[in-house]
Amino acid sequence: MAIIETRSLVKTFGKIQAVRGIDLAIESGEIFGLLGPNGAGKTTTIGMLCTIIRPTSGQGMIAGFDVAKSPTQVRRKVGIVFQDPTLDTILTGRENLQLHARLYGIPASVRHLWIDEMLALVDLRERADDLTKTYSGGMRRRLELARGLLHRPAVLFLDEPTLGLDPQTRARTWEYIRKMAQKENTTVVLTTHYMEEAEAMCDRIGIIDAGRIIALDTPQNMIDMLGGDIVAVRAPRPPLEIIRSLPYVSSLKTNNGELVITMKSAHLHLAELLSLIPQVASVEMRKPTLNDVFIKLTGRDIREDGTENNGSWVETIARYKQRGK
Amino acid sequence: MHGISKEENEAMNAFHILQKELLGISAVWWREFKVFWREKSRIVSSVVQPLMWLFLFGSGIGASLSVGDVTYRDYIYPGVLTMSVIFGSVFFGLYIIWDRKLDVLKAVLVAPVSRISIFFGKVIGGCTDVLLQVAILFAFSFLFPSVNPWGIPQALLILVVTSIALVSLGLALGSLLESLEGFQVISAFLIFPLFFLSGALFPVDEKLPSWLHGLVKLNPLSYTVDGVRGALLGINTYPFLMNLGIVTFFAAAMLVLGSILFSRMK
Repeated sequence: MAIIETRSLVKTFGKIQAVRGIDLAIESGEIFGLLGPNGAGKTTTIGMLCTIIRPTSGQGMIAGFDVAKSPTQVRRKVGIVFQDPTLDTILTGRENLQLHARLYGIPASVRHLWIDEMLALVDLRERADDLTKTYSGGMRRRLELARGLLHRPAVLFLDEPTLGLDPQTRARTWEYIRKMAQKENTTVVLTTHYMEEAEAMCDRIGIIDAGRIIALDTPQNMIDMLGGDIVAVRAPRPPLEIIRSLPYVSSLKTNNGELVITMKSAHLHLAELLSLIPQVASVEMRKPTLNDVFIKLTGRDIREDGTENNGSWVETIARYKQRGK
Repeated sequence: MHGISKEENEAMNAFHILQKELLGISAVWWREFKVFWREKSRIVSSVVQPLMWLFLFGSGIGASLSVGDVTYRDYIYPGVLTMSVIFGSVFFGLYIIWDRKLDVLKAVLVAPVSRISIFFGKVIGGCTDVLLQVAILFAFSFLFPSVNPWGIPQALLILVVTSIALVSLGLALGSLLESLEGFQVISAFLIFPLFFLSGALFPVDEKLPSWLHGLVKLNPLSYTVDGVRGALLGINTYPFLMNLGIVTFFAAAMLVLGSILFSRMK
C-alpha cells in the first residue's frame, strides 16, 4: 500500500490556484523528488501533506491518516526539514533534540539512546554540547536532519535541503540523507531545483508546473523519453529542414539563438551533422538532464522564472494572498 | 477481542493524549527555562533595574516625602515588585515576535502538540522567569523595615496570578504583530500607562484628580498593587480576596484571549 496518497489535492489562496489537483501515490521506502520552478506549487503541496497548510479540496493520506481530518496523527508520522534553518540557536545541539523528543512524546526511557544514535549518525557527537549558534551551515543542516528523523517518522519531508550550502557540503548532506533513509526504511519526499541532485538521489520524480504534476517517472525513463543526446549548435543559417529529416535526429528547436538538437548516438553522427551546417560558430554536446526534460515539457528553463522568493511557506502564502486580491 | 471495552479503550486513549499534551507543555516550559538560565545578564538587569527604582528614585523622593508613617521607599516596594511583574511578563510574551522572525517557533508549531498546550507551556515558562526575578527582590525585603515578611506568601500569590494575565496578554499581542516595530507602540501606549495608573508610585485616594482616580480604578493592576501593599505593609483600600478575585478574573480573560489568538497565529 502506498504510504502517501493524494486525490485531486487543491489549494487556492484567494483567486490564485497554487495547486490545481494533484494525484500521487508514493510507496513506502521510496525517495521521491518534487521538481519544478519556484511558484510551481512544490512548497504548497508539501505544506498540505505535513498539515501546515489546509487543503481547499481533495484528499491527502499519509500512513492511512487524512491530513485534514487527523492532523495530529499525521504529524506524528512525518518529519520535516524546513528550507530555512529553524534550530533554537540558544540551545545546544543535544538540547534541540531533547526539546523535539519531548514535543513528539518519545518515552523518557529511550530518549537518551535515540538522541545519541542520531548524533552519531550525523557525526555531531563531539559538538553535541555546543550551542548551535556556533555551528557551520552544514552542521546545522545535519542536526536538522537528525531532528527530523529522531521520532522515527514514516515519511521525511525535505524542502530544498541543500539550498544555500556549498557544493561539497551539499554532496555530504545527500550522503547523510541516503544513509538515514536506508537505516529506518524511511520514505523521503524532497523538493529541489538542483536537477543533477534530484537525478542522482531520487527513485522517482514528479515534475510540477503551475500547480499540476506534468510528468511522473524514474529519472532515467524521463531522460530516455527525450530520445538521445543533446547537441547545441550556434550557426548563422542552419538548414533546419535537412537536419530535421536526418534519421537519427529526434527533435529540433531553437533556444536563445542556439539550435538544440536531440539525437541518438551523437558520438557516431556528430561529424556528419556538422558537415551539413555551414559556418558553425560553436558546438556543444552533452547527455540530457532533467532540466532538458523540463524544457521539453514546458518550453521553459526551470531556473528562468521565480527568483521572487526562496519558497519559504510564509513568503509563499503571503505572495499568493497578495496576488489573489 | 476480550477484556477491553470500547469505553475503556476511549478512556485510555484520552489518557494517552493528555499525557502527550502535558509532556508537550513541559517541553516548552523546559525550553524557556533553559533560555532564561542561559541569559544570566538578563536576570541581573531585570533585578538591578527595580533596585535602582527603590534605592535611587525611592530614596531621592523619600528624602522629602513619606506616606503615613511609612517611608516613601518602603511605600513603593510593593509597587516596584508589581512593576517587575508587568515589564517582565509582557515583554516575555512579546518576545514570540522575535521567535517567529528567527523561525525558532516553526519547528515547535508543527509538532503533534496542540497550540493550546504550546501556549500554556509559554505562559508557565514566562511566569517561572518572572517569579524567579520577584523571589530575588523578596530576598532584599529585609532592607525595608516596614515590610512584614509574613505577608510574602500572599503577595506572591497575587503576583503569580498577575503574571499569568500579563504573559498571556503579551503572547496575544505577539501573535497579532508581524514585526518588532509595534513593540515601541505597545510599550508607550500599554505598558507604561498600566504601570503609572496602578498606584505603584503614589497613594490612590481622594487627593487624586478625579479623572486620574477613575483611570486607576479601571486598571486591573491597581488591585494587584493594593493586594501586595496590603499583604506587605498593611496599607490597602480593598480586602485581599476582592483584589485577588478581580486579578484572577483578569487572568482568566487574558488566558482565553491569548489561547484564541495564539491558535490562530500564522
